[in-house]
Amino acid sequence: MSEYLVNLKVNNIPVSVKEGTSILDAAKKLNFNIPTLCNHPDLSVAGNCRVCVVEVKGARLLAASCATPVSEGMEVSTNSEKVRTARKHVIELLLSEHNADCTKCFKNGNCELQDLASEYRVGDHVFIDLVKAKDKILDISSPSITKDDSKCIRCQRCVRTCEELQAVGALAVVKKGDHQRISTFLNKPLDEVVCTNCGQCINRCPTGSLTERTYLDEVWNAINDPSKHVVVQTAPAVRIGLGEDLGYDPGERVTGKMVAALRHIGFDSVLDTDFTADLTIMEEGTELLTRLKRALVDGEKVALPMMTSCSPGWIKFQEHMFPDLLDNLSTCKSPQQMFGALAKTYYARKKGIDPKNMVSVSIMPCTAKKFECVRPEMRDSGYQDVDYVLTTRELAMMVKQAGIDFMKLEDEKYDSIMGNSTGAAVIFGATGGVMEAALRTAYEIVTGREVPFTNLKIMPVRGFEGIKEAKIMIKGVKPEWGFLEGAELSVAIAHGLSNANELMKAVRTGKVNYHFIEVMGCPGGCLGGGGQPIPTSPDIRQKRADAIYSEDEGLPLRKSHENPEVAQIYKDFLGEPLGHKSHDLLHTHYKPRKRY
Amino acid sequence: MSNIETLVKNLVEKHGKTRNSLMPVLQGVVKEERYLSEDAMIIVAKELDLSAAEVYGTASFYTFLDTVPRGKNIVRICKTISCHMKGKDEIIEALENAMKIKVGETTHDNKFTLLTANCLGWCHKGPVMLVNDVVFPELTPEKALEVIQDYVKNSK
Repeated sequence: MSEYLVNLKVNNIPVSVKEGTSILDAAKKLNFNIPTLCNHPDLSVAGNCRVCVVEVKGARLLAASCATPVSEGMEVSTNSEKVRTARKHVIELLLSEHNADCTKCFKNGNCELQDLASEYRVGDHVFIDLVKAKDKILDISSPSITKDDSKCIRCQRCVRTCEELQAVGALAVVKKGDHQRISTFLNKPLDEVVCTNCGQCINRCPTGSLTERTYLDEVWNAINDPSKHVVVQTAPAVRIGLGEDLGYDPGERVTGKMVAALRHIGFDSVLDTDFTADLTIMEEGTELLTRLKRALVDGEKVALPMMTSCSPGWIKFQEHMFPDLLDNLSTCKSPQQMFGALAKTYYARKKGIDPKNMVSVSIMPCTAKKFECVRPEMRDSGYQDVDYVLTTRELAMMVKQAGIDFMKLEDEKYDSIMGNSTGAAVIFGATGGVMEAALRTAYEIVTGREVPFTNLKIMPVRGFEGIKEAKIMIKGVKPEWGFLEGAELSVAIAHGLSNANELMKAVRTGKVNYHFIEVMGCPGGCLGGGGQPIPTSPDIRQKRADAIYSEDEGLPLRKSHENPEVAQIYKDFLGEPLGHKSHDLLHTHYKPRKRY
Repeated sequence: MSNIETLVKNLVEKHGKTRNSLMPVLQGVVKEERYLSEDAMIIVAKELDLSAAEVYGTASFYTFLDTVPRGKNIVRICKTISCHMKGKDEIIEALENAMKIKVGETTHDNKFTLLTANCLGWCHKGPVMLVNDVVFPELTPEKALEVIQDYVKNSK
């Protein structure tokens, strides 16, 4: 975009904006709100829903403001009689093909189409109802995502999300005219295609067409069953997102209130995924150092760069798209699954609970976790390790259903054991966080000193650049790590699967040479996860990231290896990182999948 | 390498490994195979580095890019208004009776698939039908049957 300024008038008020700016953004600058449905700040312009139409003086037709760039001397009216009438008709036409069963819809109360229908007070039966005439398909095949065609307005946000942000392309526009649908390859069920379950489509769907598969009833039933001991774990990014659905502005940290709310709801043990995030660092850090040693000292052929394995969307992406690079993935389970395996073994034993009476629930910013917990590999405790996964949004619903006045809650602390964590675990929720946590620990294990960054803040791995790179010189190592003396550790970080795709192509062709790569499936990392409050935008992701890093700085312990509960579990139960028990409970394997 | 794989690779080599080549590659496959099989679409997607859903989306947009098996010869009778007024129904009836199939179906010997098409641009000489790429204008039921018989006799 050039620096050349264009002068125009919006509703008779002059404004100057950069050349190439859309009428929509120019109007926004003057605080004129133009409704949109297909437009989204993360995606390319589509211009297909037409609710953002405006009147441009001298033009024969109304213009879609999201798709029309400003021009010199333009006179725009965003709210003339003609515009209001057209917009109302557009909304009514969209509704004529939309199953507006709002009271029974999972998105009831958080639906952009519903909001517009309410704002414009649409009439009844203005246009012929076409809902019944359509062949609607309800796809409930996926453990993560429910897709209901009858609510789809074909804005194609999901298609653009899947293709542009995630480079997955599970969804496409199929057929044309009144047969047009959003569908998969040959209309196969979602669980049979490349869908990574990341849920980014859900996060952008303006209606209830794409929603998470909910397990609220199952969780309430478990809580209400006195014979069950229900443990709950909460992911790092939930505590900085949950507030948004419960009355707070983006960027509010609600850790203590969330813990209190979970107790009110009736969970028997309120524990923290952050504990196993710390444990992941011990296992994954050791795994990296072991791989480096085998490559550098023993001259073995080891899969390098090693890649993180915390993000189940990313894992499934790799299984579909880069099955030749599966050996590069760390064998570590994600923190959720490590937690699940330990809850029904270590925790159950320590607390004297029969694991068969235990129900393990996790609250995640993620929809792919719902798929991950039912993977057949994830039953190492002898039971399904994690029984149900709820999104941040579903937890907010539970809080409301339980009649809790969330904002008035007093802060409470997690139960022990498996409730203690460090700042290194909290930053798992932001892109670059696992890398930063791993470096804080690995560098200190190898050199005996803290990472050479002010206040432990490894700035080169932070931020929202698509692919980040950093190099760290390792000097003054302890004698047992002599082979690393003077080595330069080279790392890369990608977030959002289209960035991961670019990075993997470079790795595959040997264009780049890294030791360690962190990938998070969702833009911004877990804080921008598909299970986080809607909407999510670049601006909101920034606020959530700021909250995560403040949470880290506010904690007394900020390095995973300093977590006393981690030391205790190795002493009492696991033995050592990568030991026998760890191997059985905390590590896994991956399988190639078809690409369609 | 399977036949279809070789076919797609040759087409991609001819038209280039870009997104723009999707249409000519799909047309090339249909020309040889009469339709786009699941395997064919997966191979095209892989060769052009596109998602299989996108390939299917494109294919399903165009009537002439079939995604279900078709016979060796595809007969399309124009169903739009000019041809309708000129008696396309009688043509269809004659062909259905002769071939012992309904519109949308394929003969048991896989020789013919009978379909209808939207306007073929021959309104001044309707009714018309298209057999593969050849247009037959000003049809009568008898003329239509002769055309088909010619394909049978000459094993086209």
